[in-house]
Amino acid sequence: MNLLLTAVVQGLIMGLVYALVSLGLGLIWGVVDVVNFAHAEYMMWAMYATYFAVAGFHLDLLAALPIVVALGFLAGVCTYAVLIRRIMSAPAVTQIFTTFGLLFFLRYSAFAAFGPDFRGITWPPAGGSVLILGVPIGAAQVDAALAALITFGLLHAFLQWTKTGKALQATAQNPAAALALGIEVERMYMLAWGLSIATAAVGGAFLLTFYQVSPTVGDAFLLLMFASVVLGGFGSVLGPLLGGVVIGLVESVAGNLVSPTFKLALVFGALLLVLFLRPGGLLGQERRG
Amino acid sequence: MAADGRGGDQAVSARAAEAAPDGALLVVRDLHAGYGGQEVLRGITLCVRPGEVVCVIGPNGAGKSTLLKTIFGFLRATRGAITFDGVSLLGRRPPEILRSGITYVPQGISTLPNLSVDDNLRLAAYVRRDRQVRDDIERLLDAFPALRARRRLRARTLSGGERRILEVARVLLLDPRLVLLDEPTIGLSGAAVEFIYEKIGEFRRRGLAVLLVEQNARTALRHSQRAYVLEQGRVRFEGGGEEILQHPEVRRAYLGGRA
Repeated sequence: MNLLLTAVVQGLIMGLVYALVSLGLGLIWGVVDVVNFAHAEYMMWAMYATYFAVAGFHLDLLAALPIVVALGFLAGVCTYAVLIRRIMSAPAVTQIFTTFGLLFFLRYSAFAAFGPDFRGITWPPAGGSVLILGVPIGAAQVDAALAALITFGLLHAFLQWTKTGKALQATAQNPAAALALGIEVERMYMLAWGLSIATAAVGGAFLLTFYQVSPTVGDAFLLLMFASVVLGGFGSVLGPLLGGVVIGLVESVAGNLVSPTFKLALVFGALLLVLFLRPGGLLGQERRG
Repeated sequence: MAADGRGGDQAVSARAAEAAPDGALLVVRDLHAGYGGQEVLRGITLCVRPGEVVCVIGPNGAGKSTLLKTIFGFLRATRGAITFDGVSLLGRRPPEILRSGITYVPQGISTLPNLSVDDNLRLAAYVRRDRQVRDDIERLLDAFPALRARRRLRARTLSGGERRILEVARVLLLDPRLVLLDEPTIGLSGAAVEFIYEKIGEFRRRGLAVLLVEQNARTALRHSQRAYVLEQGRVRFEGGGEEILQHPEVRRAYLGGRA
């Protein structure tokens, strides 16, 4: 029982981190209808940016965070304006190869720039561990989970309570109808890309406090991101949140109680089971009405 | 009654504004447009005056919806002219055209399914920057009690007729001068059709110009001051609504016989 509680608490915390790094993937998928295979690479670049800000410029993580997030937003906007805009009406295969190409471009330019070494930072507030329901959890993971909750809360509030947020939802649901209402759909797509990469940057920055960065760090995350988004379902920010938490829980419980060898098999088994029962994901909504 | 260009006017695009027929708000001249290399509109000339309901009928594929899409900037015209109040609309994008005083209700369901009725109305006023929007929405809900009862529900839970009413109600929030309606009564029951036409009649009495496309030609013609019959991207006939309704050839070809 104690083992189960430990697994659940650890899974919940890691699940929130997965949710945070997946959020942007779901946002672009839902609003722009493009699958960004390079999402984890943006997170990797944000980890490097954080590393150099903290280790190179001796900034505190919280001081570096706004810079890294702003750079992420800018990178997302530029990616849309320079690349994605041109393939919006292209066949799905073209879009897939484009973002796949972007994945390799971002990864190997990181190799070229930083080499294959692993790098990490120490952030004093993330040292040691805290007790949650009597279970000791690394403070770094807890901080990252808190950052996830804050990011989700802010994005949810933006989407639900601001006019621009509603316009972003309208664009996701019916781009032609949004255009007929005078919504600048292109600008909404650009905003979605900016927000998406900005949230990946928040995730990358906090991840760096307990996970070292190298150019291939995305490998460990890309599939989990996809699983979180697909499992949670599209249409709201709550989908990736729930999806990430479920993935984290299954991974942790399976890894601790069954066998670490099988944990990913069980994660994707759970994903297939959910899709079998609910093809639209747990919180799936009607799209493109 | 058969339509043709007005007196062999060749330099139509340049002179469209000055040549606008007596007080017309929207003037379309020799309009060509299509998808890819496929030309759907092959030289359409028509006009709409303020306080006038003009309907466009014709068989499937005649170019009725394409005409509205081209006027609203969803499609690029390949030739011809479109002027609204003397100003050319060519090359402008839908949001700009909307701001100039034209609203467009596309065919099919254009409500936003996962947003509430309230949010749908607020977004209908997306381009407005004034503080009156809230009051206007309240007044609108007074006029459409069926929507008031459902204002917090997602649009997807409304019936087809209610969604169509929501779409027509949205028009009023922008106080446009011209309304483009694409098949406003498709799939609706008799009572809902009557309600929609009652509202279209109100638009007209407020001095709005209405250009509507209908498959349901008889009802549309009865509620229109003037009508154009499209065939293969050209205007085949034009005339008063009743006149077209009684025209033997139109009756035989488009209104299901009994001439």
